Amino acid sequence: MKEQETLEQRLSGQGVSRRAFLKFCAAMATMMALPPSSASAIATALAKAKRPSVIWLSFQECTGCTESLTRSHSPTLESLIFDMISLDYHHTLQAASGFAAEQARDDAMKAFYGQYLLLVDGSIPLKDGGVYSTIAGRTNLDMLEEAAKGAAAIIAVGSCAAFGGLPNAQPNPTGAVPVSDIVKDKLIVNISGCPPIPAVITGVLAHYLTFGELPALDELGRPKAFYGETIHDRCYRRPFYDQGKFAKTFDDEGARNGWCLYELGCKGPTTHNACATTKWNGGAGFPIEAGHGCIGCSEPKFWDAGSFYTPLSAPAADVTTVAQAAAVIGAGAAIALSAVDRAKKRKAQQAREKLTVEDLKGS
Amino acid sequence: MSLQDIHIKVADAHSVGNLDAILNEIATRLGDYVAGGETSLIDLKSLPFSADEYERLRAKLGRGEVTARLDSIGDSEIYETRFPGVWWVTHYNVEGDIVADLIEIASVPAIVHSQPEDVHIGLAHLRHILAHPASSDEVTK
Repeated sequence: MKEQETLEQRLSGQGVSRRAFLKFCAAMATMMALPPSSASAIATALAKAKRPSVIWLSFQECTGCTESLTRSHSPTLESLIFDMISLDYHHTLQAASGFAAEQARDDAMKAFYGQYLLLVDGSIPLKDGGVYSTIAGRTNLDMLEEAAKGAAAIIAVGSCAAFGGLPNAQPNPTGAVPVSDIVKDKLIVNISGCPPIPAVITGVLAHYLTFGELPALDELGRPKAFYGETIHDRCYRRPFYDQGKFAKTFDDEGARNGWCLYELGCKGPTTHNACATTKWNGGAGFPIEAGHGCIGCSEPKFWDAGSFYTPLSAPAADVTTVAQAAAVIGAGAAIALSAVDRAKKRKAQQAREKLTVEDLKGS
Repeated sequence: MSLQDIHIKVADAHSVGNLDAILNEIATRLGDYVAGGETSLIDLKSLPFSADEYERLRAKLGRGEVTARLDSIGDSEIYETRFPGVWWVTHYNVEGDIVADLIEIASVPAIVHSQPEDVHIGLAHLRHILAHPASSDEVTK
């Protein structure tokens, strides 16, 4: 594929109809968690999209993030996206090894200086001069600092790169830190999760590919489109919480009835991620659907935040009052609560309708 | 104790309530369409459902008179539900995975309309056939 060819030119060159292209854009809108009405705006933007160079560095990690991405279940869409980026270095996936592999990274960094997208998974150990994780004899710190200089932007994939993750958990023997502790002068997108949802990784790449820039972020650097709401807010068991119906043990009547897992330590109310709607394993389900509470893996310090089975001490304040009232006076208040929620969501949704390319760049 | 001794009961889906929420959403948008002609789309992949609720939504909406199939980078199934103006549009990729699952409120879903770009190409194609009656075009398409 030619470097400067756009996706639309490429598809039309293959005899793909405009209608098929619109279908592709509808799938992209779903993937990027944008409103479905944005498909035509995506089509307009893609007509101008170019192929970016991507360098992926794996540091102190378990390779779970790469496993998540490569085992995602919509290969056609993914392959279209991977056809649209030039993955110039990824030491787990590339065929080259040794000096040839390192040379490929150097070449890409020189050829696309200031333009390439740098993806990082894994934390960076700083203790004892960073000796606890090295590649080709160089410390992770050294390699990150060099690669970050010429990057257009950095995407920290997984909780280790985003927040330090497991290596950073007490007592943190290697002095592990996240990317944001080292790189201060570049835009960093945190795609947290242990591992992150594959569709979220590809969704962010798709956003960059489509609009040439990264999506809007929350205060922890996570894309709002995927981390804007809590697991609890989007959980199909949420109505049971509103009705005050909780499982008290993993084998009681409540657990068998699929009631809320809040009292069994579910971290859904404080965890921002898209698991409840995007789901896992090709949409088969997510942990709560399998009967286990959320462990909060997309939040900072989740490993040091106490037992996975201790209930959160301070639930979402405004909701509790109504939910407790609902438990006392019956279903009426619960219905009122979901009506409030619905009205709020609808308002937010309406505010996002009638989109243009410019609007979407901020999404 | 064997696996059969563990009694598992499917939760009473009526009490969960996600289904009522989405049906209300559809009714509101259909109302807007009737009042002002405003078409809209709902992304079902962005909504919380248990597997049971998703199937119950399909049963509640039922099937109406029109079904269309789009054969393009994988199948797409498009049908009007038993509520006229409410369409269920499911796009699959070539492997058969769902890549977009939408409820569309409109008289005809947008993707069904012929696209001007495709019509131009088709017209040129037709004129080419008329200008070259002996060409082998009928065989190729």
